[in-house]
Amino acid sequence: MIPVPEEKPETGAEQSSAERPESGLEPRGAEPARPVEPVVAGRERRGMFGVSGTGDTSGYGGLRLPAYSPPPAERPYGGWFDAFADEFYAALADNGIPAESILQVTVDRGEITFYVAREHLVAICRTLRDDAGLRFELCSSVSGVDYGVDVPQRLHSVYHLTSMTYRRRIRLEVTLDVEDPHVPSIVDVYPTADWHERETYDMFGIVYDGHPALTRILMPDDWDGHPQRKDYPLGGIPVEYKGAEIPPPDTRRSYS
Amino acid sequence: MTTSDRLADATTGTDTTPEGADSVGYAEHRETTEGRVYTVSGGDWDDVLSDATHDERMVINMGPQHPSTHGVLRLVLEMEGETVTQLRSVIGYLHTGIEKNCEYRTWTQGVTFVTRMDYLAPLSNEMGYCLAVEKLLGIEAPRRAQLLRVLLLELNRIGSHLVYIATGGMELGATTAMTLGFREREEVLHLLEHLTGLRMNHAFIRPGGLAQDMPEDFHEAVTEFCKVMDERLPLYDKLFTGQPIWRNRLKGVGYLPVDACLALGVTGPVLRSAGLPWDLRKVEPYSSYDEFEFDVPTSTDADCWARYLIRVEEMHQSLRIIRQVLKKLEPGPVMVEDKKIAWPAQLSISSDGMGNSLEHVRKIMGQSMESLIHHFKLVTEGFHVPPGQVYVPVESPRGELGYHLVSDGGTRPLRVHVREPSFVNLQSMPAMSEGGLVADVIAAIASIDPVMGGVDR
Repeated sequence: MIPVPEEKPETGAEQSSAERPESGLEPRGAEPARPVEPVVAGRERRGMFGVSGTGDTSGYGGLRLPAYSPPPAERPYGGWFDAFADEFYAALADNGIPAESILQVTVDRGEITFYVAREHLVAICRTLRDDAGLRFELCSSVSGVDYGVDVPQRLHSVYHLTSMTYRRRIRLEVTLDVEDPHVPSIVDVYPTADWHERETYDMFGIVYDGHPALTRILMPDDWDGHPQRKDYPLGGIPVEYKGAEIPPPDTRRSYS
Repeated sequence: MTTSDRLADATTGTDTTPEGADSVGYAEHRETTEGRVYTVSGGDWDDVLSDATHDERMVINMGPQHPSTHGVLRLVLEMEGETVTQLRSVIGYLHTGIEKNCEYRTWTQGVTFVTRMDYLAPLSNEMGYCLAVEKLLGIEAPRRAQLLRVLLLELNRIGSHLVYIATGGMELGATTAMTLGFREREEVLHLLEHLTGLRMNHAFIRPGGLAQDMPEDFHEAVTEFCKVMDERLPLYDKLFTGQPIWRNRLKGVGYLPVDACLALGVTGPVLRSAGLPWDLRKVEPYSSYDEFEFDVPTSTDADCWARYLIRVEEMHQSLRIIRQVLKKLEPGPVMVEDKKIAWPAQLSISSDGMGNSLEHVRKIMGQSMESLIHHFKLVTEGFHVPPGQVYVPVESPRGELGYHLVSDGGTRPLRVHVREPSFVNLQSMPAMSEGGLVADVIAAIASIDPVMGGVDR
């Protein structure tokens, strides 16, 4: 828990949720809308040591561990999360963003994650930045996660927002199908997301619609594939340098 | 234009044929007793400049192999005369795929990778990574380990800021800054080598604590180091702070106000130079930083000069923290008790000059089969980390260094994402330098102090 400075703007003061008229949209006390499919964040495990095809005779080869799915949190969330969530939902309603845009809330290890619908992402970010009771001035990081080939909605675009005024950190997450990896870009709201989104596009192939210049940033412009996807191998890519092919490390001549 | 086929003529633009030798007017010359003396004037450069200032835009590529771009950074400058109208930074020349590599190694081995990213602040990287792994595991390092981590981090901060002065000074033409800065940094590296075994890329901070305890004479070594730095740091004030050339090169250059910093996500000394006292050691204390007394220097000038002063002051504050650590330290474990996580390393130099101590090897080999199996599994397979994700920021010398780790319950990370302060801060280059002179671009990069190993990862 981050200590809050003495002179912080007060909750319940000007522009806060207490002053807002009820609109019937606040999911206060109730659960936010559930995603149609549960969010899957992990892969199913079989056997004990993660190996297969070795003729394992230990008897542990039949173990099955289902894929991890982050559990939806229930009220009260605990700590500052409840006060923040009230403020957040009220601000969403103020800005005409439906409560269903928050698909799931997860509280884990003292961090709160909001799974949001991608079509409302930019509006949600703008609300988080501009609302006097929220004030997330800094977008710390945008990163992609690929949960593996067989996982439904395997690509996640993860945003870490920081409120310097209230000393709070939250996480927004958008889950994506690998066939349709489009997310609206938040560069308009947080200019710092520019390079972050380019890197995530480069590494995961997540397309940020509306980004001013979504090009590769770390890999060469003519590179094939997106290296940090789980189905992209580590090493073993022959590369061309000044017209000559440099073979992958395992097929080079060994001098030992 | 020469029409000769000779290669030398084509490449040098001269005409060495018999006719050509007489046809071109050489520079003015006169005969002296020593031979013929040519007087070459700089007229042609004036022509270039006058052309350039009128209607021609020049696009200049600076880097990636340029001594003043602070590493393999490429800057594409569009200039009118000496004024930069547009600037774009091109990165990726040092991309090594560390984030991807981490996914193929155990959680402990990840430390060895992350320490190689921001190679001027390796310990900050290890710290951020280990704090994130510890948060995933739900454990906390023992108190002695926490204090020693603070000690190492602050030593590292001094070393990193010294390199900022050294390389930044060299890029601006102050080569004495380089020799001085690297001389003092050598003291830091010597000390870190004594404490951790390596000058750089220590891999000393491990999930759960430290690789091992400090050497016996470390108290004296650190005290001696503090004494040396107390004598040497004022030299910087003497040589640079009062020096008009240094001041004129930096003052009012690379201006970035606080709202621009926040919009661009800039943190660290650059943000503090704009007036916001945002230092994660103060605002979100980790590893018992809240027990230490130190100041966060700020300024409202928001220019390179303020950033220089802030970094010098931060070195003094780091020394202050180091002294307090020495007073607070008490004997105790430096690794968590849980043998399922604690790396079984009782390292000491053996007869072959490296490796685990013979005593330790004898113990694990002779004690019990179970402990040997356990040792083997922990080292080869690693420990399991419960599924979930965390984001842990620490204050590296360059700003907020955040680690976003995702675990799927296995012995290897599912994803290691690093929010590198150099990477983010480098985005502010156009805002800092467009509209200024090309010489000020160099001052602006130096004031961000990016480490390309961290930018490209």
